Amino acid sequence: MNFDKEYDASGLACPLPIVKTKKALSDMASGQVLKVLSTDPGSVCDMAAFAEQTGNALLEQGSENNKFVFYLKKA
Amino acid sequence: MAKKMALIATKGTLDMAYPPFILASTAAALGWEVQIFFTFYGLQLLRKNLKSIKISPLANPAMPMPVPMPVFVQMLPGMESMATMMMKQKMKSKGVASLTELRDLCQEAEVKFVACQMTVDLFEFQKSDFIDNIEYGGAATFMKFAGESDVCLFI
Repeated sequence: MNFDKEYDASGLACPLPIVKTKKALSDMASGQVLKVLSTDPGSVCDMAAFAEQTGNALLEQGSENNKFVFYLKKA
Repeated sequence: MAKKMALIATKGTLDMAYPPFILASTAAALGWEVQIFFTFYGLQLLRKNLKSIKISPLANPAMPMPVPMPVFVQMLPGMESMATMMMKQKMKSKGVASLTELRDLCQEAEVKFVACQMTVDLFEFQKSDFIDNIEYGGAATFMKFAGESDVCLFI
């Protein structure tokens, strides 16, 4: 999937993947796509909850090289 | 309208310092408006230097110990510092943010910090002991925001 920016939260524990994802989104334009990498298993549920509550759509999620991958479209 | 969360932070130990800052920084990232009211030992969390925030193995049977340790050993001088050092190392190795980092993230995200004026006076704190950009108020200040909040927790 195409994306405009990538943020790697590997190695970080709750709540950093979410808080830093929010920061990574802050300088992006509406409609742009952010790719987030994480190694925190909790981020699977957390990212969905983040997307639902903030309106930034979670376009796709999966795994890549033993990391969790998320594609968020900025609201 | 943004959801609101009101927290009361009353504890000054390392383990109890995390929940308010974790919840506040997360809620702020979700677009919530957040206020934390710091009172009694929670005031320690507003000090410029958080080095005095420690974890105690004493009266804390749930705390994992590398080797079983009788209570009278846990009372010895230096045990608290050692337990704190080990916990901080463990946290760092697991990618857990430091308290200072989480607190900075809260302030960056405009979480409002309110210090309880009564306990500031009680413990004879000076405003210069605390970080900048905090407000001072009492129970009525807290109730005003808490009354409008969606989530309200006492920690």
